[in-house]
Amino acid sequence: MGRRSKIGISLAMVSALTLSACGSGDDSGSSDTVRVTLVNHVWTENIRKALPEFERETGLKVEVTQLGEDQLSDQYNVKLNAGSSDIDVMMYRPLQEGRLFAKNKYLADLTDKAKGSSDFDLADFQAAPLSATTYEDKVVGVPIITEQQVLYYRKDLLEKSGFSAPPATLDELKTQAAKIQADNPGVAGFVARTGKAAAVTQFSSFLFSFGGDFVDESGKSAVSTDAAKQAYAYYGGLLREHGPANISTDMSWSEAMAIFTQGQAAFYPEANSLYKNATDPAKSKVSENVGFAPFPAGPAGSKPYNVPSWGLAVNDASKNQDNAWKFIQWAAGKAQTLEQQKAGVPGARTSVWENPEGIATYPKDMAEAITVSLANGVGHDRPVVERVAQAREIVGQPIVDAITGKDAAASAEAANQAFQKFLDDEAR
Amino acid sequence: MPAVTAPSRTPRGAGVMPDTPGWARWANDHRKWLFAAPAMAFVAALIIFPLAWTIYLSLTDSSGSVRAESEFIGLRNYLDVLSDTDRFWPAVGRTAAFTGAALFFEVVLGMAIALLLWRPFKGEKWVRVAILLPLVATPVAVGMMWRLIFDPNIGMANQILGWVGIGPQPWLAGQNSALATTIFIDIWQWTPMVVLILLAGLTSLSDEPQEAAMIDGASTWQRFRHVTLPLLMPTVIVAVLLRGIDALKTFDILYATKGRGGGSFNEVETLNVYAYGLSFDYNEYGLSSTVLILFFLIIIGVMWLLTSRKKKEAGR
Repeated sequence: MGRRSKIGISLAMVSALTLSACGSGDDSGSSDTVRVTLVNHVWTENIRKALPEFERETGLKVEVTQLGEDQLSDQYNVKLNAGSSDIDVMMYRPLQEGRLFAKNKYLADLTDKAKGSSDFDLADFQAAPLSATTYEDKVVGVPIITEQQVLYYRKDLLEKSGFSAPPATLDELKTQAAKIQADNPGVAGFVARTGKAAAVTQFSSFLFSFGGDFVDESGKSAVSTDAAKQAYAYYGGLLREHGPANISTDMSWSEAMAIFTQGQAAFYPEANSLYKNATDPAKSKVSENVGFAPFPAGPAGSKPYNVPSWGLAVNDASKNQDNAWKFIQWAAGKAQTLEQQKAGVPGARTSVWENPEGIATYPKDMAEAITVSLANGVGHDRPVVERVAQAREIVGQPIVDAITGKDAAASAEAANQAFQKFLDDEAR
Repeated sequence: MPAVTAPSRTPRGAGVMPDTPGWARWANDHRKWLFAAPAMAFVAALIIFPLAWTIYLSLTDSSGSVRAESEFIGLRNYLDVLSDTDRFWPAVGRTAAFTGAALFFEVVLGMAIALLLWRPFKGEKWVRVAILLPLVATPVAVGMMWRLIFDPNIGMANQILGWVGIGPQPWLAGQNSALATTIFIDIWQWTPMVVLILLAGLTSLSDEPQEAAMIDGASTWQRFRHVTLPLLMPTVIVAVLLRGIDALKTFDILYATKGRGGGSFNEVETLNVYAYGLSFDYNEYGLSSTVLILFFLIIIGVMWLLTSRKKKEAGR
């Protein structure tokens, strides 16, 4: 054997060893260990505590990988893309990446399993969140955490300005914000998210309540309809005229919430899931005076979003799908959902919302506001497309233009053209 | 008449015992390649391959998914990017403005501080530690900290301005002031590094030329202008090069203060932030690679200009 071939063989052996080491995470077929990837969230903390109960009941073992939101996304992009089978159950964001994942066939079809189980009772899930985890009439995920938009407000400021109730309509919201701002120098009448992409989700309830949407029924861009133009002008105008001084166009929920909890704003429309930031005395200077109201009605009524922020799905490449479903059946089942909701995590099951125990821990006015959202809620809060981040920037442009005093209608026309081009690109 | 002639050069395998195995002889013959091999493999794996792959990606419409097939589209991405006056060219302008301004202030301030710290004084140690503090913090943490300080409504900066009777400023929130504010943050964090380099250069200078100039009656400014600065020039060039390359590729401070796209109006979107957004927010890996290759060419061009100028000066 020549020297070269010896070297060749040793190189081949070294690389074979290295490659086999890399591939050790491969799947061993159906196994009694369910590998679950979850995000850092209160829901996850609660479920981890309850895991021994599930393991006792089923004899299965659960292996949890817990990651931050961005790392979770990166991990899915790498692993699911490569067809890896070492994730069985995955926690994902149905509205942000659900469509992309479903189209790329990362998510297993759960229709038969979900509809076949009477205990699980798929019909018990609220329609709007369930529609977000359904792709081409197939159930590809199960919503576990929902969010609804409500109006946070300051009871003391309302009272001081002589208002007996929070605004029921968007017109009243404007009037009350203006009066409170005039009565309290240094305090803004209204604060909300202002970042181009960050504001889109909270702006969506305004858009729906004005009678608009991001995409119309025929799949065309709808961000320059009269309703949309009015909504952009209203949201931007309210922030420009009655928002905080020196308003920035980069505010996400954390900045807007900080202004509200520092006592510098009267009204703040935001997701209910963040309410503890406002009512916790350790985080909020105004914790005792915070009230919650249903989203004010616009020309088309009160139409806040009611969306699943997180869902559970089964990796299509997993070879352990039956056991993966058992986990979902338990984690998204009625008993666990009730426990989660009692611990402050809003779920998607109607029966739990109707159960007095399910809302006992929420502030009373918050529970009432959520009830309104559940009845009229829209199942999305951003354009339902594959490349959501890019779409949010396009439809968010008129928001920041309106805030900075530019012509909102002209900006909506421009955004409409760009968004239509984006939709055409994506349809190709 | 057999005459033994000395070999003209050392034979191959010299110094190896005649009965050593073949591989050892081979290794000995090729030792310069063998010793360099790990470094060459490192360069190939970590520099040449990624670069070649990026060039390949820039010629496709890759969307970042292994499952979605990407198509070879030739130079279309380059045409698209080079004709993009909406995001690409403004980003080039901002990259140049950010680097130029940050570098200028950092070198001038760094020089001033280094000169102050040059001669021993009481409490020198503490002052040096204090000056070096910004350097040890991670840029993301620095970005978050300044973001809070510069918040237009609840930030400390405007409160302090209020105490001295100046009205609130928009800082990072303003469309026109955001880039300047991020340049300020960069100066705050990185001037100490320039100080450190220049101080090392200053302390290595010998005292004689200074003393001679003093005897000749040169003023402090004249001594600095005609003695210290020329002697320090090589160190200054090192500082400018190191800091310049670093400033060109700044990403963390910009992303931590203004987020994706460099703010709602792309106020601080430099080439780096733009390329990051294209790949990780938009999944446009082909376009993103194109931007990065063009950025790479710009950097090479600037480096070439700088080094050829240096050579010209050396040749004079």
